[in-house]
Amino acid sequence: MTVSDRQDHKPETGAFFQRDRDWHAPAFTPGYKTSVLRSPQKALLSLDNTISEITGPVFGHSMLGELDNDLIHNFAKPGESAIGERIIVHGRVLDERGRPVRSALLEFWQANAGGRYRHKKETYLAAIDPNFGGCGRTITDDEGYYFFRTIKPGAYPWPNGVNDWRPAHIHFSIFGHGFAQRLITQMYFEGDPMIWKCPIVATIPDRRAIEQLIAPLDWANTIPMDARAYKFDIVLRGRRSTFFENRPEGN
Amino acid sequence: MVQELGYLKETASQTAGPYVHIGLTPNFCGIPGIYKSDLGASMVNDKTLGQRIAVKGRVIDGAGMPLKDALVEIWQADAGGLYNSPAEMRGTADPNFPGWGRCPTSAEDGVFSFETVKPGRVPFNDGRLMAPHITFWIVARGINIGLHTRMYFPDEASANAEDPLLARIEHRHRAETLVAAGTAPSYTFDIHLQGEKETVFLDI
Repeated sequence: MTVSDRQDHKPETGAFFQRDRDWHAPAFTPGYKTSVLRSPQKALLSLDNTISEITGPVFGHSMLGELDNDLIHNFAKPGESAIGERIIVHGRVLDERGRPVRSALLEFWQANAGGRYRHKKETYLAAIDPNFGGCGRTITDDEGYYFFRTIKPGAYPWPNGVNDWRPAHIHFSIFGHGFAQRLITQMYFEGDPMIWKCPIVATIPDRRAIEQLIAPLDWANTIPMDARAYKFDIVLRGRRSTFFENRPEGN
Repeated sequence: MVQELGYLKETASQTAGPYVHIGLTPNFCGIPGIYKSDLGASMVNDKTLGQRIAVKGRVIDGAGMPLKDALVEIWQADAGGLYNSPAEMRGTADPNFPGWGRCPTSAEDGVFSFETVKPGRVPFNDGRLMAPHITFWIVARGINIGLHTRMYFPDEASANAEDPLLARIEHRHRAETLVAAGTAPSYTFDIHLQGEKETVFLDI
């Protein structure tokens, strides 16, 4: 948690573009049953950002361990590796203006190749992989780029409808520069027929917003005899220019 | 034909799901050895300035049951009212206070807790001071997009009375949902997702 590696960049201090709540899933989505008792019924209180939302924690590259972005090895015994399809996931974090978001912290988690999560509450009968933990993290560079190596996760069944299965997916958590940009989402894989059957995907009302969550196979970056690549770009809220906002009493 | 603005659309949110702990607090959920410690587990050290406080609470669903699989993050100013963020232009925040913390609700009783310091006041956009507050962000299975809210302090009645955000709440009794219970240095902030006691959530 340091600003030292960002001091050569002039920080931006404008408020963020308002969130398009018609693009995101609403809170109450009865097809996804758990949302029924966990969704507010009253309207959100809308307010332009204050300094409490314009600011946010920024994480330094120094906090990262060597294998933090290598899920094939970061839980494996020495000399061993996780079982499954070896893939590289990479992309950029941009804001709505198309500008790179540098020093963004990305955390990701996922099931193993068989669709089994390493979690006490998980009881799916697919096997645990002793060499796969399922979490990783990285920080974007000055151009907003990130990458990590992992095993392609399997689909898994869940108790919603009688026979609901999640498409293969990787969960992402992203910190931009302001706490108002805080985002958790899920990445899907190009061509997976399960995407269009999933009640969690279907909470998103706009098909284009769903398509934005689907990572294409990136043949150009696939490493021969090693790992295929998928490209997943993430867009965080943009921020307004501070045209007339540098009021002396404001900051 | 008018010019195109050329803006991108924000990546849509999806629920954090029931296994959010694997990614965000792996040590908490029994995956040791990948990270030394869970990020955001500790907010204060011996050199942190300000009054130490404890904030605990639960996230409660529409049937009155606490969520045992939620994850709560907080973001706040330091004791002097400065944020530890590059976008903070008013001065340099306490280097021994990150201002950010993360805690899962317990699998046993659904309680989250933070050891932090009482934040100083920070200005609203028109220069008026806001009352001391802590920003909360809640994610869980069943929550499609993270919920933002704020906790204010019960022993700051006069500051709360002039807080511009609290003043925006039309139904006055609902403003109380943002004020914690308890007395210094221990506060309890229960968050009700739905129903009669529903917490005010923010689109900010």
